[in-house]
Amino acid sequence: MFRTTPPNPASALPALTGARLPRRAALAALLLPLAACAAEPTQDSGAGADADADGVAADDGALTIADAWVKAAEEHMTSAFGILRNDTDTDLVLSGARTDASAQVELHETASDGSGGMSMQEKEGGFPLPAGEELVLEPGGNHLMLIDLAAPLLPGDEAELILEFADGTELPFTATVKDFAGAQEHYEPEGSMGSGASDGGGEHATGHGDDE
Amino acid sequence: MTAPDSSASRPGRRQLLRAGSLGAGALGVGAASIGLDRTLGGRGAAAAPPSAASALHGGEAVPFHGEHQAGIETPAPAAATFVGLDLREEVDREGVLRMLRLLTDDAARLTRGEPPLADTEPEMATDPAALTVTVGFGRGLMERAERAAPSWLDPLPAFGIDELQDEFTGGDLMLQVAAEDPVTVSHALRMLLKDARAFTRVRWVQPGFRRSPGIVAPGATMRNLFGQLDGSANPEAGTPHFSHVVWIEEGPFAGGTSMVIRRIRMDLDGWDEVDRTAREQSVGTRLDDGAPLSGGTETSAADFEQVSANGFPVIGEFSHMRRARGVDDGEHQEIFRRPYNYDLAPPPGGGALSESGQIFVSFQADLLGQFLPIQQRLDTLDLLNQWTTPIGSAVFAIPPGCAEDEHIGESVLR
Repeated sequence: MFRTTPPNPASALPALTGARLPRRAALAALLLPLAACAAEPTQDSGAGADADADGVAADDGALTIADAWVKAAEEHMTSAFGILRNDTDTDLVLSGARTDASAQVELHETASDGSGGMSMQEKEGGFPLPAGEELVLEPGGNHLMLIDLAAPLLPGDEAELILEFADGTELPFTATVKDFAGAQEHYEPEGSMGSGASDGGGEHATGHGDDE
Repeated sequence: MTAPDSSASRPGRRQLLRAGSLGAGALGVGAASIGLDRTLGGRGAAAAPPSAASALHGGEAVPFHGEHQAGIETPAPAAATFVGLDLREEVDREGVLRMLRLLTDDAARLTRGEPPLADTEPEMATDPAALTVTVGFGRGLMERAERAAPSWLDPLPAFGIDELQDEFTGGDLMLQVAAEDPVTVSHALRMLLKDARAFTRVRWVQPGFRRSPGIVAPGATMRNLFGQLDGSANPEAGTPHFSHVVWIEEGPFAGGTSMVIRRIRMDLDGWDEVDRTAREQSVGTRLDDGAPLSGGTETSAADFEQVSANGFPVIGEFSHMRRARGVDDGEHQEIFRRPYNYDLAPPPGGGALSESGQIFVSFQADLLGQFLPIQQRLDTLDLLNQWTTPIGSAVFAIPPGCAEDEHIGESVLR
């Protein structure tokens, strides 16, 4: 049900000039620096949630995400990555995420499928993020899965996402959309009969294969 | 959607790799020590084994942000690859800006010794080795971005000496990626090109080299593959004179410059037939120390009036230096040259031992007023033309440097 089709060279054309991300994201992209975006939670007020001049929380009790990025995709699904750090003194559990960029966001873990490949599955119960520790979301490992994209996510765009924690804490952040050849893990959604998909929604947003 | 906290928009400069440790060593060395490192590495080597600290150049970092782009007034490192890119047909203004944001973020991280986002080989990014990434715009990019190109941003006029090949000519976008280490250059360029790929196709790639770090004193004039000291007349970096020669003073490109990149094939086999005296006369300088044939040292002013016993000018009227300087035309223009050598396998089947030459690179505030007259004179007469052939040529507008919250070219594409 989540089968991904190969990128269609022709579809790359309207993608660049036509449909876009939500206007606000596109505008924000013009104004915001592209560097690692460290965000602060909306609820975790008080004790030193301030970031320093770099926008990065020091040892001051903040919950942050750095180096956030999303694999560019034309349609269907893609995945998001970043480095979460919990410098609060509270153990947290990342329980979900949401974004205007897709209908749904799932938390996924990647594991060996027993036959030499990797397959990914939804992480039941979310990802624990104990105080003082970090959670790395990366290709080939744990990641956010954006399902049913609202519009193409084009390289250089910025996507706005919100991480949801079990205690109600939310962490909004901006992720840079990057052309990326990897993150091709086989996805077996529950109930599917082997009609897996890679989590990239096709290879590259604007298609590398259109040279010939 | 909830508006992100304002801090979410700020760059996390100190957020390095996930462990925060891979990039830290490189950052610790930083820009402040670049001159020192080079000085230490330059001289001690012959006398005694250098200490481990002075022998290592991997941690040297050149600031990416600033008034001017790095890679022009900063010391020319050992390895550079120049790439000309063509925009894909479908890329519009918004696409150009998205690409430049990506390239800016990549370049800022790489030059600090940090892997860019989504770097699949992050360990290759941790030794910046004085890495610089310099970006130039062709007319095609300016038009695609719907902004007026500078009036001079066009191919140079055709010269009689030219035998230009399409594969080394033109381009909408130029990347100059340079470092003291070719491995650093290779990885940085690959990361940049992976982000440029959705927007561009590679038109040409020109790798070049100069002396390795620690071989000659920092700032020493490069020797080209003819064995000539090449660039003796350059304005000195860091001086008001340099600024006057190189940086555009007014308009959107203020703080930027014009770049000429020409691929000059050098006929080393033909040069082998030329004796030392004729070699020196072709340029007008001595081969050993680069001094003018009229005497002195490399930095001495040439005496173009000096004549030999039989009445001929000591620095011949056909010599490269005399022609370049405009001595007999009552003109004088200056440019800043930052060339690299190339030395590749010869074309198969022929008798040549190599395919060698120079990636001629010059920067000047006024392309038409400074570079062009010099090139026209050399086209008309220059003994050196006998052994050199321009086979590629391109002109780019180099936008000024950018601030930390800007992308490259933001001020000219606004």
